[in-house]
Amino acid sequence: MSFVTVTDIFQSYGKRPILERVNLEVAEGEFVSIVGASGCGKSTFLRLLLAQERPTRGAISIEGRPPAQEPDRDRGVVFQRYSVFPHMTVRGNLIAAEELGGARAGLLPRFFGARRREAARRADEALERIGLAHVADQYPASLSGGMQQRLAIAQALAGRPRVLLLDEPFGALDPGTRLAMHAFLQDLRAETRMTVFMVSHDLEEAFKLGDRVLVFDKPRWDPIEPEAWGATITYDFDARDGGIPFQNRPFAETPTSDPQEDAHDPHG
Amino acid sequence: MRWINRRPGRLLAFGLAALPFALAVLGYVVASDLRRAANPADKLLPAPAQILETALSLATEADRRSGEVLLWVDTAASLIRLAEGAAISAGMGLVFGLLIGLIPGIRTTLAPFVSVISLIPPLAILPILFIVFGLGEVSKVALIAIGIAPVLIRDIAQRTAEIPEEMIVKAQTLGASTWAILVRVALPQVLPRLIGALRLSLGPAWLFLIAAEAIASTEGLGYRIFLVRRYFAMDVIIPYVIWITLLAFLMDLGLRQLHRRAFPWAGPAT
Repeated sequence: MSFVTVTDIFQSYGKRPILERVNLEVAEGEFVSIVGASGCGKSTFLRLLLAQERPTRGAISIEGRPPAQEPDRDRGVVFQRYSVFPHMTVRGNLIAAEELGGARAGLLPRFFGARRREAARRADEALERIGLAHVADQYPASLSGGMQQRLAIAQALAGRPRVLLLDEPFGALDPGTRLAMHAFLQDLRAETRMTVFMVSHDLEEAFKLGDRVLVFDKPRWDPIEPEAWGATITYDFDARDGGIPFQNRPFAETPTSDPQEDAHDPHG
Repeated sequence: MRWINRRPGRLLAFGLAALPFALAVLGYVVASDLRRAANPADKLLPAPAQILETALSLATEADRRSGEVLLWVDTAASLIRLAEGAAISAGMGLVFGLLIGLIPGIRTTLAPFVSVISLIPPLAILPILFIVFGLGEVSKVALIAIGIAPVLIRDIAQRTAEIPEEMIVKAQTLGASTWAILVRVALPQVLPRLIGALRLSLGPAWLFLIAAEAIASTEGLGYRIFLVRRYFAMDVIIPYVIWITLLAFLMDLGLRQLHRRAFPWAGPAT
């Protein structure tokens, strides 16, 4: 069943088309990597998923709900930079993830008393899990890039979103830290089975982390007016099992009972 | 070695920094000596000893007519006006700056208006303030507020608009309302900037204060300077100017300390 449904998206800025005829169905729990050349519209597509922009035509819906008009709690996001609040401590950032949307009743969007202690306890648990407990009282500026992104991911997840959107989250990190972050993200994902969209410049990263790799490109190209046409999804790779399909799916051996089919059928 | 690569050592740096001050004092002493050698009753450049004596008596002895110690009366009157004007301006700067910077509808409505208002030379409307508010405290405080509030509003609005879009979007995905973003994301991030803007505005604030006091007042640092000007009382004017400079310096220092203590995440003040 389709969890995120993208129907016939067109997006243009002024007269300039960016995206055209984008259709996509993503199942719950899938990790979708999005790659493409610079200016191919992959970041625009992420902003549309985020509801930061609304498409010129078409619609994006999560769980069959009407398209969002603005960013909401269904969507968690981590950007390459500026994803944590610099004026809050590391622990404060995680508490704020609950406070900002949670304390609507009072005048101040802040927790007090028992509620705050509860949120602080959850924040400390999360910090323990992501290995940032020892810097809980420091400000993000004193953290390394990798630590800041770990905090940003934990903060996004603390809001319990339905989909997690990552916009080149590891683009500014050095190669070693990036590998550590891949392991961190894979562990986290194995735990939560979150539906993830990740825009990346790094093909290796896209194939390593993604179940699917979407390539955005322009199917039509006018050499005289390169901006005349928009981009769309030109390839949709199955990146599971190292990108080699069917290797773990025995077929035609025992035609009467297919183990994969049995495993997928809850009533079987 | 190139001049751009020669850095003075610690002692030399201190000496070089002190040099212009020493030269200025020396120049004054020499000029004063020369003038008084020609005319012992010269009032224009009184001797340093005489200045010190007058300064001490201003700060310690009660005035014969009013029975009050003039320096402290003047200082209190001026600082209260300055503080009131600065506080009102800072409040307006924060409220309007945040709203203009964060909410497109309010920006469209108010930003052009504030830009035009900030172009009015405040001293040109001082007569209007005197007519409308009378010659009392209100008109002087209003002049300071009108003079520096538009600058603060524009600075805070600019600074609010510069908060990375990513941060605002992130707050929205965590469920924050406009109000929550205003008080938890935007306000704490522009507060350090408010202190910086206020430091820069203190110069103009003093200017407007002294101008207003010079024209209509019965006490205050600016009033006293312009009053004794009629008697060529340089031995009063010079200590007052030094005192005002010292006060301005201390205020700047205080605000800088406040910036460092209150906003450890914001880095050093410039």
